[in-house]
Amino acid sequence: MKTLLVASVFVLAGVLGLALGWSMLDLPATAVKLPVEVKAQLAVSGVAHPVTAVLLNFRGYDTLLEIAVLLLALLAILALPQATSSVERCPASANRMNPMLQTVARLLVPLMVLVAGYVLWAGAYRPGGAFQAGAVLAGAGVLLHLAGLLPPWTSPGRALRVGLAFGLLVFIAVAAAVMLQGTLLQYPPAWAGALILLIEAGLTVSLALVLAGLYLALTDTSVQQ
Amino acid sequence: MIFDLLLVTALLVSAVHALSTPDLFRAVVLFIVFGLLMALAWARLNAPDIALAEAAIGAALTGALLLDALGHLHQKRRERSP
Amino acid sequence: MSAALLYALAGVALFVIGVAALILQAHLLRKILAFNVMGSGVFLVLVGFGQRSGVPDPVPQAMVLTGIVVALAATALALALARRLLDLNGEMRLPEEEIVRDRLDV
Repeated sequence: MKTLLVASVFVLAGVLGLALGWSMLDLPATAVKLPVEVKAQLAVSGVAHPVTAVLLNFRGYDTLLEIAVLLLALLAILALPQATSSVERCPASANRMNPMLQTVARLLVPLMVLVAGYVLWAGAYRPGGAFQAGAVLAGAGVLLHLAGLLPPWTSPGRALRVGLAFGLLVFIAVAAAVMLQGTLLQYPPAWAGALILLIEAGLTVSLALVLAGLYLALTDTSVQQ
Repeated sequence: MIFDLLLVTALLVSAVHALSTPDLFRAVVLFIVFGLLMALAWARLNAPDIALAEAAIGAALTGALLLDALGHLHQKRRERSP
Repeated sequence: MSAALLYALAGVALFVIGVAALILQAHLLRKILAFNVMGSGVFLVLVGFGQRSGVPDPVPQAMVLTGIVVALAATALALALARRLLDLNGEMRLPEEEIVRDRLDV
């Protein structure tokens, strides 16, 4: 019985794959050539890299909703009751006070902050931008926690909460301010570059805190300090 | 083109292996490998932004989260069976 | 067939592999892994299929960038819920699924 069910799942999955592949190959060519349109409007978008222009100018609303969704996920994780464990992880805490790990962390984290700053700045001209910079900073946070230099989150303090909401608030503030002289998120072309950089900076800080928080809020809180 | 074929084969093999191996730790490690191969695939598809994001987020941060959950699972099992 | 179309078909294969693993595996951690593999397959289809004529297209690339970050957040929330279930039940399996699997003897 078990092999029959497993085999039927495989067969159905194979049929689904073949149907999807055949329908994909059967589609006609697209009528609207999006790369051409993006390249035509790139000069007024404020940045020189097409993906950044699409992400923060042409489809900026999606990015606004995305940072809101990330904040929601972190709030949901913080709302869950913390795991109560009676046994302290002694071997793990001994690992954390390892001096070599701490030295490596202390050497690497300033470099990671520098890399994140460069990637954020270079996002206007080259592949890069707020998301990659925020991810590098979040990695720095995870590294600091693994080296024992950053405690896990039990309940975030005021500064941390402000930092978490900062990116979303900056984005909404810019969107509302721009709405006074046009529609939502329609930057005036002379200010577009500066506004995009402001939004990206706020997004990087918030994204780093949210992504690091997704990890720090989940780790065991019963570590012996 | 041959490199693309090899990369696609490596992607599919690592995904199947990650999802079917009985050891959970090996499954998570193979998933991290799958994430890094995906970063290579994004680079081949002329999408360097996605390659950066996939390497940092898809492979590194997701891998860290999964390994942490696995450690929690092992600790809970050790607690239950004294 | 261009290289991008090959990656799109690989994305379809990854999606289907993920669906099969999602159904067949009982452990929640493996279900989360299968879900991530499905997501990666969908991203490959989005970008590979949009670029099948060979020209890099920034719009699906931006969408996939958003998707990767949101998939991470969803994975983190799923892991938090799975750990809560582990604390309550003692193992990372859904109780309803255990009943069905016991009846079907799978």
